Order: sequence, then C-alpha cells, then structure tokens
Amino acid sequence: MRVDAGAADAGAAEREQRARRHDARREAIDTSPSVHDEVKTTTCYMCACRCGIKVHLKNGRIRYIEGNRDHPVNRGVLCAKGSAGIMQHYSPARLTKPLLRVGERGAGEFKEIEWDEAISLAAKWLGDIRASDPRKLAFFTGRDQSQALTGWWANQFGTPNYAAHGGFCSVNMAAAGLYTIGGSFWEFGEPDWEHTKLFLMFGVAEDHDSNPIKLGLAKLKSRGAKFVSINPIKTGYSAIADEWVGIRPGTDGLFVLALIHELLRADRIDLEYLARYTNAPWLVIDDPGSAEDGLFARDLTGNPLAWDVAEGAPVNALLADIKPAVVGEYRLPDGRKARPSFHLLAERYLDRRYSPDEAAKRCGVPAATIRRLAAELARAAFEQQIVLDQPWTDWAGRRHDTMIGRPVSMHAMRGISAHSNGFHTCRAIHVLQMLLGAIDTPGSFRYEPPFPRPCPPAGKPAGKNVGPGLPLGGMPLGFPLGPEDLLVESDGTPQRIDKAFSWEAPLAAHGLMHMVIANACKGDPYRIDTLFLYMANMAWNSAMNTAGTMKMLAEKDPDGGYKIPRIIYSDAYFSEMVGYADLVLPDTTYLERWDCISLLDRPIGNADGPADAIRRPVVQPDRDVRPFQDVLIELGARLGLPTFVEPDGRPRHPGGYRDYIVNHERRPGIGPLAGWRGIDGDKTGRGEPNLDQLDRYIENGCFWKYELPPDQRYYKHANKGYLETAVKLGFLDRPAPIILHLYSEPLQRFRLAARGQGPVQPPEQHRARIETYFDPLPIWYEPFETAAIATEEFPLHAITQRPMAMYHSWGSQNAWLRQILGQNRLYINRATAAKLRLVDNDWVWVTSHHSRVKCQIRLMSGVQPDTVWTWNAIGKRAGAWNLAPDAPEATRGFLLNHVISELLPERGGFRYSNSDPVTGQAAWYDLRVRIDKADAVEAGETAPKFPALRRAPGLAAPPPILRYGADLK
Amino acid sequence: MTTYTTGPKKLGLVIDLDTCVGCHACAVNCKEWNTGGHSAPLPDHNPYGAHTSGVWFNRIHTFEAGDGEDSRTVHFPKSCLHCEQPACVEVCPTGASYKREEDGIVLVNADTCIGCKLCSWACPYGAREFDDDAGVMKKCTLCIDRIYNENLAEEDRVPACVATCPAQARHFGDLGDPNSDVSRLVAERGGYDLMPELGYKPVNKYLPPRPGRGAGCATAPAPLAPADDSLHPVLRWIDRVLSR
Repeated sequence: MRVDAGAADAGAAEREQRARRHDARREAIDTSPSVHDEVKTTTCYMCACRCGIKVHLKNGRIRYIEGNRDHPVNRGVLCAKGSAGIMQHYSPARLTKPLLRVGERGAGEFKEIEWDEAISLAAKWLGDIRASDPRKLAFFTGRDQSQALTGWWANQFGTPNYAAHGGFCSVNMAAAGLYTIGGSFWEFGEPDWEHTKLFLMFGVAEDHDSNPIKLGLAKLKSRGAKFVSINPIKTGYSAIADEWVGIRPGTDGLFVLALIHELLRADRIDLEYLARYTNAPWLVIDDPGSAEDGLFARDLTGNPLAWDVAEGAPVNALLADIKPAVVGEYRLPDGRKARPSFHLLAERYLDRRYSPDEAAKRCGVPAATIRRLAAELARAAFEQQIVLDQPWTDWAGRRHDTMIGRPVSMHAMRGISAHSNGFHTCRAIHVLQMLLGAIDTPGSFRYEPPFPRPCPPAGKPAGKNVGPGLPLGGMPLGFPLGPEDLLVESDGTPQRIDKAFSWEAPLAAHGLMHMVIANACKGDPYRIDTLFLYMANMAWNSAMNTAGTMKMLAEKDPDGGYKIPRIIYSDAYFSEMVGYADLVLPDTTYLERWDCISLLDRPIGNADGPADAIRRPVVQPDRDVRPFQDVLIELGARLGLPTFVEPDGRPRHPGGYRDYIVNHERRPGIGPLAGWRGIDGDKTGRGEPNLDQLDRYIENGCFWKYELPPDQRYYKHANKGYLETAVKLGFLDRPAPIILHLYSEPLQRFRLAARGQGPVQPPEQHRARIETYFDPLPIWYEPFETAAIATEEFPLHAITQRPMAMYHSWGSQNAWLRQILGQNRLYINRATAAKLRLVDNDWVWVTSHHSRVKCQIRLMSGVQPDTVWTWNAIGKRAGAWNLAPDAPEATRGFLLNHVISELLPERGGFRYSNSDPVTGQAAWYDLRVRIDKADAVEAGETAPKFPALRRAPGLAAPPPILRYGADLK
Repeated sequence: MTTYTTGPKKLGLVIDLDTCVGCHACAVNCKEWNTGGHSAPLPDHNPYGAHTSGVWFNRIHTFEAGDGEDSRTVHFPKSCLHCEQPACVEVCPTGASYKREEDGIVLVNADTCIGCKLCSWACPYGAREFDDDAGVMKKCTLCIDRIYNENLAEEDRVPACVATCPAQARHFGDLGDPNSDVSRLVAERGGYDLMPELGYKPVNKYLPPRPGRGAGCATAPAPLAPADDSLHPVLRWIDRVLSR
C-alpha cells in the first residue's frame, strides 16, 4: 500500500485521485506459471565449450535453455551463445533440402533434390575416387565435434587428406604442449582455480575456453589471488585483470624467456622438481658433426642416461632414487662428451640477449615490469608454497605425506597460437612452468584426464601407403618423432594436399586446412577431384585471402572444367560456402541429433576427473535434413568401407550415428563413450559395447564423469594411483611415469637431418629453415610477416578477437546475438590515431602487403600503441545467412581476412605458407598493416564488396518481426 | 514526493563490476526467459535486416573510463534498479506502473498501460523498454515468474540473469535485510548506488572493482637479486644433490 507523505507536495484531492488510481495498479500475477511440458538435457554446440544444457519444451517448442547445474564443464551457468540457442535452432538461414548446383559455381543457382539422389551422387563420385586414387578426396571438417568419427572415416576411405580446423586454431598450443608436457592448455588442462595465487594469462582473445575460464576467474578474484593478463588488448578477461601487460603482438616468447633469464640468474627455480619429473638431468651428446649430436645418450636398451653424482657414473635416468647431476660435462663410456639438458638450457637463457633490457626493446614492456613479474613469480612459487595435507604415492611406490604445490598458474591461447613463432612461444611458457615446479601441483596448471599422455606423443600420421580401395591403415593425423615419420616422397615432395607432415610443416598435427584450396587449385603438390567440407566456411571467414579463395573455388582450366572439379558441402545453414558447392547436404541443428563428445576426440572434463557426453535429439527436424554423421555413415556403407559394413556387405550401423556411438570399438573395449560400458553397463573406460549405454547417459543428464580420489588429483604424471587409474580407463597402456621435456629430442632429429644426417633429409631449399626452427630448446624470432616486409611501410600489427557473445559460433544469423554486435570497427590507440591525424569515426583503408579493406575506426586507450584490432567474423557477404543484403554485417562489417595472405612474400623464388614452420599453424596474427584515411566520398560502407548471394531454394524470406514466446507464456 | 510503504523486503540485484567481463550472458538469458515469461513476448523488429531493434530488459554497456595507461575497460550491465522512489511510477498517468508492497519490485500492468512513454522519460537510468508491437512499456520484472515459482526447484528461484552469469558477477536477494548475503556483500565490498544524488534510491547495488594488485601496488616485491656472482653462472649448480 502506498500512503501519501502528507507534506506539501500534493493536495487532498490529488491524494485521493492517486489512491483511486492505485487500486487499478494491482494486477493478478501468476508467480508460479508452468515452465515446461518436459525438460531434456543435452550438450550445447553454440561454441567449442560443450556445456551441459537443460532444454525446456512447451507446446512442442523450445521454451528455454539453461545451464545444467550438475555438468562438470559449466556447473549450471550458460553464456550468451548458449542462451541464444533458440534463435540458432529456429534460424531462417537453416537449409531445408539437399541442393544440386545448376548454374556456374559461385552463382548460387541450385535445384532441390531428394536425399536418395544426393547420397547416390556423392557415393558415385567418392566411389570412383576410391577405386582409382583415394588421395583425390580432400575431406576437411571445420568446427566438427565428431572428429573421432570423421578421422576414422577418412582412414577407412584411404585418404590422408583429412583434418579439421585445428590448423588455424590451436595446433601450436596442442603440439607444443603434447611434445613438452604430455598435455596442453585449453581442454587438456586448467589452472588450479581453488589454490593458485598468481595467474598469468597469455593472449586469450576472449576465446578458449568460455564458461570454465569465467567461473575460474570469479573464484580466483574472490580469493584475492592476482590475475595478470599479457595481451595487446584490454577487453574481456583482460579488463578485469589486476594487471594488464599490453605486450606487442608476437613477442610473448621473448617476454617469457626474459622471465626465465631472471629466475635462472637469481637461482629461483625448483631443481628438485626438474630432477624428479623432467628430462633436465638427461645427458645430451655433445659430438658436433655426428649423427647423434644433440640426442640423448642412451644405454643399450634405449633408456636415457643421467650422471649419478654418488656413483660418479652414467645411470639409467628413468630409475628411482638416482642422484642425477643437472649441470656439468661428463664422459660417456664410449668417450663422447655429454651434458645434462638443463645445462644447455641454463647456458642459453642466462645469456644477455634474454635479459629484460633486451626483451623490453621488442616487447614494448618495460624491463622493470619484467623484473618485477619474475620476482612475483618467484615469491608466489617459493615463499607462498601450498602444502595439502594429502598423502599420495609416487610412481616408484614412495609414499609422500603431503602434496606440495607452487601456486603459480598459466593459461595461453589464440594470441600465442596464431603466430609463426607460436610453437616455440608456447614451449617457452611450458618451460617456465617446469622451472617453477608448477605443473600439476596444488595451485599450478593441472592436467585434465585423459591427459597427461606419454611425451613425446604416440601415434604417427598414417598416409605412407595409399592405394586404390585400401584403408589408410591408421589415423591421418598424428605426431611425427623424426624425419622418417614425414609424409613426403623420396625427393621431399609433400604427400598430403595441405603439405602437412612435410618439410614445410613437419609437426602439423592438425593439418593445414588454410592451404587446401590454394594448393588444390595450383596442383601443388597435385590436383584433387573432390573437396568435401563440413562446417567450414572457407568461402568467407575461415579462409585467409578470402577474395582469392572465392576466386579459386570457381577457377577453371583452359578446357572449361573447374580446377577443383567437385565440391560437396554439408552445413546446417546458408553460409557463404554454400554458394560454392556442387552438392549441398543439409545438416540438422544441434538440438535435432545424436552426437558424442568423445575422449577419442577433444575431451571435456576437468582436472578432478575425465568426462564425456552426448547430444540427443530434443526436437525433431521440420525440414528434409539429416545429421551429417548419419549421412557419412551411410556413405561409408555404400562405399563398402571396411568397418562400415558387415562381412556380407550389409551396413554395420543401420541405426546411423546413434548405432555407431554405442557399437563402434576403436580397440577392443574402447569406444566413443567411456561411461556405462560392458554388457550390463557396469564397466568404466574399457568394456564391451552396452546396448543401453545411451539410456544411461540420458538418465545421468547426458554426460559421464569420473571423479578421481583426492590422492590422485595432483602429480598425475608421476602419481602411481592416477597412472593405474589411467590404465584401467584406457588412457594409458602402462602405468609408467610421464617425463616432462624441457629439451625436445624429436626437434633435434629434424635438425640433424637438415645437417645431412640420416636417410631422410630435407631438400636443399628447406635445409636452413629446418636447422633454424627445429631447435630442441625454445627460441624466439620475429614473426615471419614482420621479418619479410618493410616495417616502416606497414608499421602496425593487426589482430582480431571473437566477441564473447559469438566466439566459435555461427552467430550472425542469430536474431539476438546480432543485436549485440552486427558491425565491427577497427580499434586504434588514441595516441597512435592522433599521430596519424585520425579522429573517432573516421573511415580508413587498412593495407597489408597483400590487399586492403575499408572500415571505420574507433579510438581506445586500452590497446598497445602499435596494434590495431577488430572483432572477427562479424562482416558477412551480402545475402548470406539469409540476412537482408543491406544488413549492417554486409554494409558496415568487414573481415580482416581479406588482407591476410595464405602465402608469405616470395623469397628465393619460393613462397612458404603463412604458417608456423614447425606445426603449420596459420599465422593470421602476424599481420602487418598501415592505415590511411579514406576520402570523404568513400566513407559510409566497408570494402571490398561482393555481389549479393541469392537466397537458396527452400529458404523463406525472414519475418519482419519476431514475437518469439508469445504463445509460450 | 510520494512515500511508498513497501514493507521491509527490498528484492534486488547486486552486480559485481570486479568480475563482469561483458559477456552478455545475463542479457541473452534474460531475453530468452522473459520472451516466454510474464511480459511475453520481447519482440524484435527487422530481426534479420538493417536497423534491428528488439526489447531487452538487461543491456551491457562497455566503455573506457580514464585515459592512457590508467584507463579501465568497464562492462556495465544495466536493468531496472527497482528504486525505492521510482520516478517511473510517480509519473504514470494510469497507474499501470507500480511498486509492489510485498517485495518492492517495480512492475507495469500491461492491461492499463497506454504506451505514453512518460515513465521512460522519467527513468534516469534508461531502464524501460517500449514494446512497439504491443504498444506497451515493458521492463525487468526481477523474474517475478521465477523467484516465487513453485514449479521450479528452490535453487532455481532466482532471476535468470543471476542463474546464468558465468563470472558469478550477479547476486539476488533482500537488500532490506541487513543480514542477507547480498546486504553483507554490499557492506563488505563498498557497494554503491547508481547516481544517488538524484534521490531515487535504487535497490540494486553495484560492487566496485576490488583494489588492484597491479603494477603500482605496495606489495610488489623487489627485483630478484642475482645469485652469488662469484660462482660460474651455470656450474654453480654442480654440487646440488638432487634425487629422482
């Protein structure tokens, strides 16, 4: 009730009038409306985070999507993308029926066809290839979360030309981590959010991973731990950091090596940890010119040797209780000299060229800041160590009463990964962690099972023996340990279309999707017949040199045939790539299909235990579309691929992907899902297929989580209990400790080849490059584009970030998300803009050595002065995604991809791909540009522009107004 | 000025600017809940074209405060603050805007709202949202259809924005009870009113960024002193007895 104040503000009549009015104010409110008819759990697919969700259904429609409180990834929270899933699901950009191209490629003229015709056509094309030369199929799958299936399918088909999008995303992080610590940042590990006291985050561009980082930062800040963000841009996570280190792009490696320099110089390192858990004591042969120079000295059975100071002799370095030296020069029994790898490391980084003063010149970070951060690291690690009252037993059976931790943790992603020096930079961060004794201890970075895995990683890339009708004999992606594992002809010619695992990208563990179209078009190393893509928008934001790529997709030979003769594309939405396909296989949305988030692919779970999950159809498609995985399995059966058919030729998985998820076995007892295995569902990790497995998952909220007991939660690489659990669950073959590699011997093997050793050597033109970049200890070098261009002509670094509300999603057709960001600006430092005589809202041309784009600027303070940046993938081609051609995404949005070349400038008659020389990671953050003010007449619209895509058949004109939910109240 | 007898209960939000990363999760989850909720729908005009405009009860404003090195990127979520002295209620000619006695939530009765927009002019925080399609004013209901909803599990009876926030930057509770978790949080962290000088006494509170532990803070350690310079830089570790 309201009463009048009785003061002089109102007269009696007015008071009465108000009181009367007030009676009308009360309304009947139903505070307990029914929320749903039914709730179904499943897994989100709005980005790569893979959170658990609860989908509320009402009147057969989706009423509401929320986070699943029980789920190990998101614990009940849900981000903007996940909450916008309704709009993704009901998007007017959804494809509705298989399409066959009828006009010229790229003109967007299609006719609708039936599924039987579509699958028969694909089976015919692919069958002809398989019968002649399986390499002529290039199968690349973008943001695919079913890589355990798609990679297996490529293997069974017999083509080595398979990868997903990791080559332009995270391969530097994955490869550097797996070759160094047997784990990695991103989904292979996480900071100990509960205990860390100092957290360093390098180059996380509002991306990987989404909800766990936000949950973790909140926890960390509420405990008063310090959060330092090393990032050229102060947005997103960096905006809430206690300290922002606005570093120059591509110099993080040097910054980290300067921290290492300081810690070594002050002797603030954890030598006990290094001796116990890393290859610091392993003896490195010092025998210049020989075939074994720089390799580890080994005994007759291949065990690495260390120098035991008590024995005064070399001993098997893997034995417990030895007393290994970590510095010094020693004579091996055969007379050769050798030094512990730590000796080489200390010698290198104590050099003045790694001093903070030297680093400061390149990094744009004051030397005093680097020195102070080194001191803060040392203080947190050694003066604030954590002791958990938790006994545990190490790999050698020795019991420890407590768990001692170094509460310093680190996380790194895109800003490290997307540079041509990213592999070494990421390795440098891991080396820093090891020197501080801060890997999988309380308060530090922690592995997420199934990691750690043996280091260097097992599983070599298959593809040496490709032949008509033959499976590949292994998975196409893997981890070479030396030149003999490369996929090259005897003259060094790459065997894969993307040149992965060749001398140009030897450790390309995720392939080089960014090179497939350019290479195929050029016939370098050979021509292909069919490009088969899934969820990969290569005609737009997933390509470098976008305009060039669009041209290549439609390029013809003199005889009139397309240079890439056939393109099959599967996508749920009318993306830019659809316009370039010959055959379009429309996929379902993520709420309409079965899926599995498999430990064989990219695991979920967290440091306290492994997890996997499923998606299940929560609604039925209202269009003539099919889940891509079902289509792939049917194609496999029609093509007679070995594990997709029974011996008599009948399909092995007539129930499609659902059937495959339950019944496929990769090795006996190991299948896509680890939970509820065995005939009765009582086995975990290893066990026979269980026909009721998916029901068990559904009963449990569509995920499985294994909680490690407290004594197995740290020191996993050397924890007897954990290692035995990992064997039981099928993650490891034997419970041997996993040694962390400061010094990377596989890299040295490549380097020796470059020095003329061994049977497999690089062609002359690649020798110097291999010699330089296959350094067994981390190095820093200027990013390639910077080194190749005149920096005064292109003085600025240009990078991108995905907005948090759209990261890794297909957000532009989403009616809600596009209201948050429907156009993008180029952000530039205020002082830099002033020097260039630019003011806020000016229109500018952004020019690189390759091309130029036009856009509008926005000034800001929180960006490194030599850096400009923009939001990635906001700009759209007019007409794509069923947006109106005048939508701001097309008129005022832009892609920086246009000015990024897929090739480096020519040098000695050869152009390398714009990639990391070790892993082939696309180096799209290496971009250098200059900014020129656009003429007044040019202002108002971004450039370049392309003809509007015509709406695909089956798509309706989008509604002028959306009243979603009006009937769900 | 009108005085409202609203009882002791003042339900509202406490928003932590120390951990808000500007991800828009709260805004979108709010939209998703409320477009099918008490004020359904929250329409979107021209949702797939130019000049898209939709109804949102919660919006995030991102801006820089300060300049140069000391600038801070601020993510500022804003929705109805459920003022104790709501100007919007004061000016409503039909009485459609009202403040609930039992919990202080400010609502609009869509049946009596004539869409005159006086309330949106009066609200100093710009927290009202006009539904052009229906011709009525809409706004944050503090999820009135969730917080008392007996069809939801007890732990889910919080506003959608609070339940979904990945950075745990949003809290809900009774700010009229000095012993409630939210009141204590406000007291501990120095929570403040938005534009208190205007006198509308907003119930929602904002928590300022925690004091920095950044570059200039007093606890910064001295640079590391080099280890004993008389020793060889590398061989100084030669006598260290280590065990594997």
